[in-house]
Amino acid sequence: MADKVYPTKPLDCWQKAKELRNRYFVDYMEAKDKGGLRFSGGALSFASLLAGLGDHVHGLAVEPYGALVTASGAFGVRCLEATERAGFARDVCAYTRNYWGSILLDQFALGGPFPKPDFRWQTHVCCTHAKCDSVASYLEGAHVPCYAIDIAVGHYNPCEEHKVRYLVDQMHDGIAWLQEVTGRPCDDERLIEAVLNECRSAALWAEICTLNKNVPAPLDEKTMFTFQSLHTLMRERKEVVDFYRELKDEVEERIAQGIAAIPIERCRLVSTSQPPWAMLKVWRHIEQYGAVAVGSLYTFALSTAWDITEQGSLVPLKSPEEQGLRIASREQALRVLAELNMKIPTYIGFHDPDCSGRVMLQFVKDWRVDGVMMHLNRGCEAGGMSFFQTKRRLMEAGIPVTSFEGSVADERELDEMRILSRLDIFLESMGLKKIPRRQ
Amino acid sequence: MRINEGVRTMTTCHGDLFSTFETWYRDRHDYARRWKAKTGGKVVGTFCTYVPEELLHAAGILPVRILGSHEPDDITDPHICNMYCFFCRDCLAQGLRGRYEYLDGIVIAQSCMHIRQTYHSWRLQVPVDYSFYINTPHHVQSPRAKPYLKGELEVFKTSLERWIGKRIGNRDLGRAIAEYNTNRRLMRQVYALREADRPPLGGREAMLMVVSSQMTDKREHNLALGDLLERLAHRAPQGDPGVRLMIVGSENDDMELVTMVESLGATIVADDHCTGSRYFWNETPAGSDPMQALADRYVDRVPCPSKDWPDWRRFQHVLSLAKACRVEGALLLQQKFCDPHEADMPPLEKFLKENGIPSLFLELAVTMPAGQFQTRVEAFLEMLREEDLY
Repeated sequence: MADKVYPTKPLDCWQKAKELRNRYFVDYMEAKDKGGLRFSGGALSFASLLAGLGDHVHGLAVEPYGALVTASGAFGVRCLEATERAGFARDVCAYTRNYWGSILLDQFALGGPFPKPDFRWQTHVCCTHAKCDSVASYLEGAHVPCYAIDIAVGHYNPCEEHKVRYLVDQMHDGIAWLQEVTGRPCDDERLIEAVLNECRSAALWAEICTLNKNVPAPLDEKTMFTFQSLHTLMRERKEVVDFYRELKDEVEERIAQGIAAIPIERCRLVSTSQPPWAMLKVWRHIEQYGAVAVGSLYTFALSTAWDITEQGSLVPLKSPEEQGLRIASREQALRVLAELNMKIPTYIGFHDPDCSGRVMLQFVKDWRVDGVMMHLNRGCEAGGMSFFQTKRRLMEAGIPVTSFEGSVADERELDEMRILSRLDIFLESMGLKKIPRRQ
Repeated sequence: MRINEGVRTMTTCHGDLFSTFETWYRDRHDYARRWKAKTGGKVVGTFCTYVPEELLHAAGILPVRILGSHEPDDITDPHICNMYCFFCRDCLAQGLRGRYEYLDGIVIAQSCMHIRQTYHSWRLQVPVDYSFYINTPHHVQSPRAKPYLKGELEVFKTSLERWIGKRIGNRDLGRAIAEYNTNRRLMRQVYALREADRPPLGGREAMLMVVSSQMTDKREHNLALGDLLERLAHRAPQGDPGVRLMIVGSENDDMELVTMVESLGATIVADDHCTGSRYFWNETPAGSDPMQALADRYVDRVPCPSKDWPDWRRFQHVLSLAKACRVEGALLLQQKFCDPHEADMPPLEKFLKENGIPSLFLELAVTMPAGQFQTRVEAFLEMLREEDLY
């Protein structure tokens, strides 16, 4: 039977997404020129709290920066080697090694010397996050004040009071610390608005991901990486909320018009973990077989909270407004933020492989997935948590699974030919053949 | 001439004094089975020294720290990534091989992700009657950690009570805390003897003493410690200890390694390991609320590197131990792939160097490359004894 060929077209808002993402890094570089402040942290830092400090407080998260460095090719390898020369092990988080290397070389991925932060604002998610900042200060040879919030209470539903309290109280302390370190008072109105934006952008991104249940998928995961990064980088900003509204409208429009991510959709795949940023061609390679990657827990939920039903289905969280909740105080805003963060599915795998497996199985069912490609990411120890438990669970359920070893941000760990050949075999084992190129 | 000629070898000198501890350590499984048969109590495996053993002890349970066996491992690959440390895989291997078949339950207090994976894999692959995951805080430098941990311990206590079918009263808990504090105090007394010019015990013996306390009934261990202290006080003066070393790093119960080091004309006089001083250094403070006291103790204890941030508070502690014992050099022993230690090692090495303590870094795996390590340790000792070269 002949393949159905769907219409495709580039996304209208694509360029805008790229500009927004670029602005994140430029804002960080130019913050001092505008009388502002720079901070470094992680992708999961509580950036909403910094919005209360006023204008031009811009951050640089280690993970996206590590990805940027990796995408810079030779510079990435130089950063990694500089870190190793300084005595750090090659198996430390690859994002972190890129970041440390950039400090050691005093070179920024976008050019010029490395722009040092005024303070560090971190969230401790895995074994490396907060320690990354301690080492960064050590490498810079100057004490840069650091505050980190421990989120290791896990992903839980319902959120127990002592856990919420632990997060909220660390945030209260963090705000007091920020005021002292920066000399800026915290404006609660701005803080509350940022928290609301974070909730809105989470809800919108989750709704956009949910639209990808549609057959044919309106979005492919490689494109989604860029859209998702906006939530990770700037989820508290109004422009990101506005952008997601625009994107959601456009994706709905694509579905209404039958516009697909790829012209021939024979097979729907999901991936796991972060992608190997130096080898995103994987996502284009599979398209030669008519396979579209419709997402992953990483793309959907790295920083985005979801509700999880008893069966394990991911359901977009309603924003406070949608729930009829009015945030009137700092305490209330911080509670909302704490509960939001405790519902980020990324943490499930760190704490509860059973739940992780259940969610993956349901994910496959809900997004009508035919197979799973798992990236055994040597550059992120958190990515390795529950890896084999999830893989086994999927295989026991009869879902085709392949895995390939790689690294999120160390191209030296990538064996391109081997990875692509493995994917070829996997897709062929699913009965797929390469689609002949159209003349 | 071998450079260590004339220097005593602790292991051979004083093995008899520590034979009880060595037997407990070596035959840990027999001990637990016998304890179980004798008392009819339950035995629970623990995955990290942040587990508040006092609660288990108060419940009439024997806590046993799960350790590896230092044998090559070929059975954990389907369960744990090979970029996770050898220790966590070695621990799981013990469960998969059925060596802890007597366990009624397992408990973890979260520290690093690797041992956390071991706990989860164990729970799935080696079913036990009871398992519990304590979300121990990492931000121990925050004042919020103590009330939070108390909340977590209350949840754990309630869960334990449900499992054993009886309440754990404050009196039971008070007794357990006292028993554990006695154990810690006695071991610190033994450790204090290592400050002497001619320490009456070596590093291997100290390690046997501490590790065995992680797998035996504290009441029995305390009796043995009392006896040991008495016997050490009457021990004949010892020979030249050679180079005074300290060992710092990850979990380490590699007896072969410490034996080798001490056979080369050195004595390990101090340590900072979770199988050493880090396990027992801090007592539980007295207080009217034993649960809060326990939370305070586990937050204030000498931190594991996974919890030592944003400041490196452990470094000062290491230095104070080194100074007290007049350490001449440090062996930095790290489990390969251990991320928290990997972040600490270069700054720690620099810190020690700035404080006049040279160090040698050795990466640990399940088995020890004896020849390679011996050559490196010998070279390090030669460097420390540079006056002997001229």
